[in-house]
Amino acid sequence: MRSSWFLLCAVAVGAAVFGLSRLVQSEYFFFAGYVVLQYIVLATAWNILGGYTGYVNFGSAAFFAIGAYASVAIYKLRTLSGVVAIDDHVLFEIPKALLVWLSDLPIPVLIVIGGMIAGLVGLGTGYLTLRLRGAFFAIATLALAVVVQTLITNWDYVGGSRGAYILRPASAPLVGNYIEYLFLIMLSLAVIAVAAARAIETSRLGYGFATIRDDELAAEASGVPTLKLKLIATTLSGAFMGMAGAPLPYYVTYLDPASGFSLAYAVNSIAMPLVGGTTTWVGPLVGAILLGTIQQIATVTISSAVNLLIVGLILIAFVIIAPNGLVGLVQGWFRKKDT
Amino acid sequence: MADTLLEVDDLTKRFGGFVALDNVSLSVAQGDRVGLIGPNGSGKSTLVNCICGTLHNEGGSVRFNGAPVDGMKTHERTWLGMARSFQLPRPFTSMSVKDNLRIPLIYTVDARAKSRLTQAELDDRCAELLTLVGLEDKAQKMPRDLTQVEMRKLELARAMAAEPKLLIADEAMAGLSHSEVTDIVALLIRLNERGVTIIMIEHIMTAVMSFSQRLIVLVSGRKIADGAPQQVIQDPDVVRAYLGQ
Repeated sequence: MRSSWFLLCAVAVGAAVFGLSRLVQSEYFFFAGYVVLQYIVLATAWNILGGYTGYVNFGSAAFFAIGAYASVAIYKLRTLSGVVAIDDHVLFEIPKALLVWLSDLPIPVLIVIGGMIAGLVGLGTGYLTLRLRGAFFAIATLALAVVVQTLITNWDYVGGSRGAYILRPASAPLVGNYIEYLFLIMLSLAVIAVAAARAIETSRLGYGFATIRDDELAAEASGVPTLKLKLIATTLSGAFMGMAGAPLPYYVTYLDPASGFSLAYAVNSIAMPLVGGTTTWVGPLVGAILLGTIQQIATVTISSAVNLLIVGLILIAFVIIAPNGLVGLVQGWFRKKDT
Repeated sequence: MADTLLEVDDLTKRFGGFVALDNVSLSVAQGDRVGLIGPNGSGKSTLVNCICGTLHNEGGSVRFNGAPVDGMKTHERTWLGMARSFQLPRPFTSMSVKDNLRIPLIYTVDARAKSRLTQAELDDRCAELLTLVGLEDKAQKMPRDLTQVEMRKLELARAMAAEPKLLIADEAMAGLSHSEVTDIVALLIRLNERGVTIIMIEHIMTAVMSFSQRLIVLVSGRKIADGAPQQVIQDPDVVRAYLGQ
């Protein structure tokens, strides 16, 4: 199926999901649905680098938080005076009205900005770390997460360690209810992320990514510009993670480094593709829906603290029973049936 | 004399204190069939890796088709027309045999021509290459389903898919039976007849002697002989290197 047709189908499915969701008369459903959709974007983004090229990124939370804090930084523009001065010498003044207007940018624009910043950080990270392979690359991305968290924790403008409050507008465009609006935005982003992942996978770029995962030396010898492709992967992956994080401050209304850089984002963004299967776009989608839903159910029935325990146990089970994820399990079953 | 395709001048490569290549110089003319031999650890694979850009040499230079390639990345050298097969086959394991051949076509041939091959052209070229190496009925198989000799043929076909001027076959016959070795030698000669210059690195002397028009011997990172195969194998230094004092 052509990518444009797939995008149309994905949009149709997204529209159907939103239509059906509105039949459910529960605000909690939209709260929980937002989290599952956010994980679809995060897992799909992780898979572009980790699944397609085989470079495991432990720093997902950093890219996600960069998107979230980009939104906070823009929101906080309203608190600035607009005067730019050095030693009491005024260089220029930004009109206060402009700052207030900027601080009220709609969420889709914040998503684009968050994605661009996180994408640039991804590109920079790639330049610094992609000569490393395997565990060394993974450790470097973990270090990146620590560095970014330390910077944010010490950046007073975005609230530092005490966090920042965001006041949501009273009503939202299109649907009126703000939570439904956030759900719709995250649903749209999930559709775009999944369609983009599939388009990459079936393109020449996707073939190039797969050669890097299979054998980087052989890929280079076949003429694949591996460094360039890896930089594209880190940029795209980082950008989508940042996009997933950008609406977060408006969802939680209070953001501090502990929640923005939560271990849950790093663990889930890896566990979901691994459970679903890392070599295709379907894997992260299935893994995120499965694990995300289980976690939401566990939150309301058992405890929110048990979430990561469940993820850990499922991950261990899959590593033993289905190391190639659910998709690999099904593919293997069909292969056996054919032979 | 035919035009020189590859010129290696005073190539030196060290790993810490160990000198793997010590001022190695050689040149290969277009259309040549060159055998490169030497005991284990003599620096053959290091030389190949330096020529192809997998390793960077500390001293000396490599010129390909008249232009220096020092500092170029491996894929850039592949785009210029260098291709190699690996000592241990390194197929793209998640792809079918045919898709393995598509990679050099879409990344090297397209980059060189600065245009894209159509799907039909890609299919035609893959089919042609598979027929050339005798894997036409394995196109949709995965590499894990191939035998050892088929894997070696896939390795050579993938190198050929990049439409190289120079093919370096690094121990393409290791671990094969006598008939399979004969099969691969015949294949390499067929490739050479299509105009591809070939450097064959090999331990199997019957294969080296039947293939090579010229023989180069490396010992402890130094070139000790270079000439016609029958003369080289009688060279006292070569005999000493292989049989001892």
